[in-house]
Formats: sequence, structure tokens, C-alpha cells
Amino acid sequence: MLDDFLMRALLAGLGLALVTGPAGCFVVWRRMAYFGETIAHSALLGVALAILSDLHLAVGVFATASVVVVVLFLLERRDTLPTDTLLGLLAHGGLALGLVTLSFFPNMRLDLQALLFGDILAVSRVDLALIWGGGGVALGLLAWLWRPLLAATVSEDLANVAGLRPERARLLFGLLVAAVIAVAIKIVGVLLIVALLVIPAATVRRFASSPEEMVTAAAVAGMASVAGGLFASATWDTPSGPSIVVTALALFVVTRLRRPGRAAKAG
Amino acid sequence: MSDAPSVDPAPLVEVRDIGVRRGARWIIRHVDLRVLRGQLVYIIGGNGAGKSTCARAVLGLIDIDEGAIERAPSLAVGYVPQRLAVTPTLPLTLRRLVTLTGRFPAGEVDAALATVGLERLGDPPVTTLSGGEFQRLLLARELLRRPDLLVLDEPDQGVDVAGAEVLHEQIDTIRRDLDCGVLVVSHDLKLAMDTGDDFCVLVPHEHDERPGIGRDPELVGTARDD
Repeated sequence: MLDDFLMRALLAGLGLALVTGPAGCFVVWRRMAYFGETIAHSALLGVALAILSDLHLAVGVFATASVVVVVLFLLERRDTLPTDTLLGLLAHGGLALGLVTLSFFPNMRLDLQALLFGDILAVSRVDLALIWGGGGVALGLLAWLWRPLLAATVSEDLANVAGLRPERARLLFGLLVAAVIAVAIKIVGVLLIVALLVIPAATVRRFASSPEEMVTAAAVAGMASVAGGLFASATWDTPSGPSIVVTALALFVVTRLRRPGRAAKAG
Repeated sequence: MSDAPSVDPAPLVEVRDIGVRRGARWIIRHVDLRVLRGQLVYIIGGNGAGKSTCARAVLGLIDIDEGAIERAPSLAVGYVPQRLAVTPTLPLTLRRLVTLTGRFPAGEVDAALATVGLERLGDPPVTTLSGGEFQRLLLARELLRRPDLLVLDEPDQGVDVAGAEVLHEQIDTIRRDLDCGVLVVSHDLKLAMDTGDDFCVLVPHEHDERPGIGRDPELVGTARDD
């Protein structure tokens, strides 16, 4: 079954959506969409480093993304510059640094198209193991962080007073997003990854009456988008990554057409 | 200090000559304050006097630049902030907010909600609550957490006169039920003198010239009843 590239693509996408849905809810609640973009932009530097040191792409991206997360964490504590300015600095600084680094190696073969928009149909068994293994770890971490992170999302002060160490939760969640993006770049690419985080969460918000419901529903909406997008891609021969995002967007639009109901329905 | 008991127990928190600085400017300076178990203590001052800063320093949420704060060993603190805006993208109901930082039996939650008069509301989204209801909800949350020291930052802000009266009665009930110390930030000197065991007055923008802090009401030039 795993020999079929479409089956591998589907399994990879479903595994990814299972994590991006819940993580994306926190991205939406905590207004971290631009944070996600920053991590994605800095990925180019990670890709360059991965190719140079002959590592798996995701490992290189995760390494540089982690550095960006930690630098941002430290700057936010010390610096007086607003967060979006710091993010702009890191996003485009990382991107430019990656491009300059690549220019030193003119013989390096880099599929820029795949990097920007993903290549889910080229997912290997190793990638699949990475997605489901890493995804399991990410979901476990999210479950462990759930209470402190949710409390810190409502109020860092209340979380602090309750001894939940919101700063640690914030840093760990940043690293989690870095890991998710590192794995996801292969699937949907640098330019579209934030869509997988934000759109499912935004779609299901109005149907959820508790954070737990919203996280579950976002995972389901994300998986539906992956399945629908891959089906569309196979049927009409459209690029798979963008097709997944378009499907997610269509799901968002369709659910918007209906007036919001009072009762909460998950899924 | 007239209400200080004859046998002086160890204070829950003792603040000695603390100062907090932002750049060259002192937000608060030379503040002394102590809260004993069962006491209701007020931090009084006008706008910009550094009341919230002082409360946050007592809670350990910000670092102090001088002086010392001594807390009783394993002191559990509770906090009701002045303002708390729950992001509308987060679906959070009344009862879910109560259990945000810890789980409690449903019966206890019901009792706490009843104490603050929210038992008949059901379980609506917190974004639909009024300012007063939200403050009482945060109070119910602290009631369940059973802190030794409860810090309330202008709990009656945005609440009408009748509502404020009820709120202060509820705070007093909680103080007696839990036998905890309560530290209330307020600009209402009269309330503090009528109901408080002790109070600390902060005077804005004078921290560099002189120690503008004391328990002497004569020092108060800017605290107003509004």
C-alpha cells in the first residue's frame, strides 16, 4: 500500500493535518500567524545548511528555526522593539541570509519550486516515518503543555500566579511550531504552510464552544482539506500543495455562508 | 495599624522600602506594606500613582529595583487583574474559565459561583459577560483556588455603585471563609478607611523628591473619590 505514491501523499498529509489543526488553534488564539511566516521564511537558510551538511531537509530547517525561536524569545524579553518588528527583522534577515549562503555554492541543485510550494507526491517512507513519529511527539507535547499554554493564552499573569510557568510554555510551543513547519515544508512548501495552521482553526471557530472542541474540529477540518485537495489534484492535475490550501479555503467559505448556529457542533 | 492583633503573627507578605524603575523614572519608591492573615489591606492612590505596579510587585510578577519583599513560606497567592480581555477567537465558557489553571469538583464550582451570585447564569461564553459579572467570575476562580493572599486590582472598576457594594461584600465573605489576607488596589480612600484593616497610600510622580508613601492620610493630595 505504501508503494503507491498517492497513498503515501495522503498518509503524509493526514498526519500533518492532525498536528497543524491543534497547533494552529494556538497560533490563532495567540495571534502568532506572522510568527509562523517568520519561521517559514527562515527555512531557506535551513535548507541551505541541510544540503551543505548532507542532512535531512527537515532537520536543517528545524535547527535554524529553533535558533530563530530562541533569539526571538530572548529579544522579546530584553528589547523594546514591538514583536512584529522583531519578526520582520528575523523573517527577512533569515531569508536573505539563506539566499546569500546559497549563492556561494552555484553548483548546488535546489528545487526552488518544491521548496516554495511543496511536493507531497514525492514523499518518501522516511518522510512518512518522520511525519507520524514527529507528529506523535508534537501532539504529546501539546497535550502536556495544554493547561499552562491555554492559561497563558488567556492571561500570562494568571498563569504565572498559578505557578504554571507561562514563559516556558511559550518557548516550548515556539519550538513545536518550528518542528511542525520543518516537517510541513516538504508537503505544502514555505509559502503555504501557515495556511494549514490558520485556515482550519479559523474555519471551525464558530462551531466550537470549548478549546478542546475547537482543537479536535480543526484537526478534522485539516484532514478533510488534505483528502479533498489531493483528490482534486489527482482528478484535475493541479499542483497538490496549493490544491490542499484551496480546499481548506473553500471549506472556510462554505461554512461562512451559513448563519452561525447557537449550538456548538464539533467536526 | 490600630487593628493589629496583640500577638503579632508572621505576616503573609512584608514589603520593605521597595522601588520599581522604568528607565530613569521611578514608578513607585519607598513603599512599605504588610498583610497579615485575615486582614483587608488597601493600596490607595490616584491615576499613575503606581498602584497596579505595586500589586504586581507583591505578586512577584515584576522585579523590584530596590527594597525587599518577604513572603511567608509556600504562600499561595490569588490575583484578580484589573482588566482581562479574552481573545474572541478562543471559545471559553464561564465554567471552563473557572477551571483554567486547575480542576475542581463540579459541586465546589457550583458553590463558588453561588457565593459570587453567578449560579443562575448557566454556562455562557465569557465574551457575553458584563464587566461586573466577569470580575465576579474571576473572584469565584480564586475562591476555589483557596489562596493565602488574594490580590485584587480595582475590582469595582466599571461596576455601578450597587454592584460595587455587592462586590465588596463578596470580597469580605471570601476573606472570612478562607481566612486569607486580601490586598485591594483602589482609589477610594473613604472605602479603605471604612472597611480596611490597614492601607498604604501612593502619591504619583513625587517619588524622586521625597518618600511620598505612608499610612498617614494627610499625605494624600491626589487620591479622589470618583
